[in-house]
Amino acid sequence: MSGSSIEAVNLSKSFGSFAAVSNLSLKLEGTKCIGFLGPNGAGKTTTMKMFTGLISPTQGKALINGVDIKEDKKKALGSCASLIETPEIYPALTAREALMMLCELRGVPKGERTKRIDEALGKVKMQEWADKKVGSYSKGMKQRVNVASTLLSDPQVIILDEPSTGLDPRGQSEVRDIVKSLGNRLVFMSSHLLSEVTEVCQEVAMVDHGKLIVYDTIENVTAKFAGDGGAAEAGFSRDVDEATLARILRLEGVDKAQKSDPRHLSIRFKGGLQTQERLFTQLAAMNIGIVSFRETSTGLEDAYLKLIQETL
Amino acid sequence: MIAMSSDNQGGNARVSSLNQIRTVTKYAFLNYFRARRFYVMLAIVLLVGGLLTFAAAYYRPAAFGFGTPSSENPALTLYSVFWGSFATLVVLLSVVFFGGDAISSEFQNKTGYFLIPNPLRRSVVYVGKWLAALGASTLILGVFVLIALANGTYFFGFSIPYQFGESVFFAWIYLVSAMGLTFLFSSLFKSSITSILTTVILFLLAFDIVDLIASVVAGIEPWFSITYAGGIIANVLTVPYPTKTTIGTGRFHITTYYASIPEGLAIMAVYFVVTAALGLWLFERKEFTS
Repeated sequence: MSGSSIEAVNLSKSFGSFAAVSNLSLKLEGTKCIGFLGPNGAGKTTTMKMFTGLISPTQGKALINGVDIKEDKKKALGSCASLIETPEIYPALTAREALMMLCELRGVPKGERTKRIDEALGKVKMQEWADKKVGSYSKGMKQRVNVASTLLSDPQVIILDEPSTGLDPRGQSEVRDIVKSLGNRLVFMSSHLLSEVTEVCQEVAMVDHGKLIVYDTIENVTAKFAGDGGAAEAGFSRDVDEATLARILRLEGVDKAQKSDPRHLSIRFKGGLQTQERLFTQLAAMNIGIVSFRETSTGLEDAYLKLIQETL
Repeated sequence: MIAMSSDNQGGNARVSSLNQIRTVTKYAFLNYFRARRFYVMLAIVLLVGGLLTFAAAYYRPAAFGFGTPSSENPALTLYSVFWGSFATLVVLLSVVFFGGDAISSEFQNKTGYFLIPNPLRRSVVYVGKWLAALGASTLILGVFVLIALANGTYFFGFSIPYQFGESVFFAWIYLVSAMGLTFLFSSLFKSSITSILTTVILFLLAFDIVDLIASVVAGIEPWFSITYAGGIIANVLTVPYPTKTTIGTGRFHITTYYASIPEGLAIMAVYFVVTAALGLWLFERKEFTS
């Protein structure tokens, strides 16, 4: 599975006078997951559509494993599976039939099709619905089948456009687990859920107004742009009084602490993971009834907010 | 069997476009066959066939070939009225039902997002869906043929006039041609309702009006019209084959034109080739934007 790549070379797409993607140059290679981030209308989906032949670039090239999608779509997408937006499946087909259609179109060996379909449906917990018509599925169930469709042909490259859209929290968690299990592939995934990206991706590319702002590892992006600090929410078994709040505010590194409700505090602090660990220990030692301590702001979120704000 | 080439990708064989067309056709047909609209169309044909059967059995009108000893072939009259008068309607309703939104729905319903980002040419989807729609329409037309045949053989025995066979063949060619035009309109729009409405207006109204204006008002043969060409389906059941007739004289006359069989087939062929090429060209370039 080595040698997988996705490359945009001066990729641009305009709709009339509106430039949705502007001279995007980006090369992703290897076996890893790259998060594709940006605000609504930044050009994420448009970029992914150009990589999958749903729309054509106004100029530039979209290459998958070195093959220009415009020159030879069949070859370029031969080793690439994708999930763009929330596709619909012919409603009178069952999930098994729809996936069998893709197996046939993608040239999955005949003897392996049933096994692969069962495995893919198993991963998205849809085995029981495999032989029911897709028209009777909920939106979330359809999206699960769509996720399953990307796993059928053992692709080297997977392009996912907000794959957890329409899924319930359990479904979102399952999709994250599936993406994490695709370790030996090149996964390019857009998402608005920064926690999801932090959990499953090693690198991020951020775009805004159709332009690439940054592409680097999450660690480097966080170190460069997030600043020194974080936020957490602490939960208590009893109401937090003013005296306790004052004691917390006096702890070293705490910038700000305020009640989000009588038993919950939002705490902002300076420093990284070490400060976070120390604060947690100190709060527990204070005997003030702390029952939970959850990080609410990741470094990636801070970096995102800083970068996107700066481009406005 | 999947045709395999030496260009192996990720353990999967590269599938030929021909085999991909066969796959799309198979599953699109399955989708048509299980859809409600197939059974609505079937019900319409059974209703029309049932009403005509009732009229023939109960009233035995002269118009259906009964009690007309002057006619050399009374069976032909029955087929002419029963089949010839309604076959074009069945064809046109079928193309509207199965082809009207075949391509536009790929955009509006987002089914294209499931199919297109795969290693296939867009033409595979277009041709596959066209063949599936043709298959579903042919089934419906076949049911109407069977109803006409059942009536004909019941009343007049197994001496089925050869003109009926010709007419059935022309009706199928008309179906092929009309389906091509319908797919062109379906790939023009991204809205299912717009493409269906356009097709309905075009086939059941616009072409007929143009035919009428061309022949009656302008006095020219409407050789450019597909519905004019479709006239050969009924005309072939008339003996002798009708030719141009003029009623009235001088400035006050009306001329009725009838396409000859070669003319009709040629018009249908041109329509098919031109609309298929244009429709494919449009679909290849259409963008999947929200």
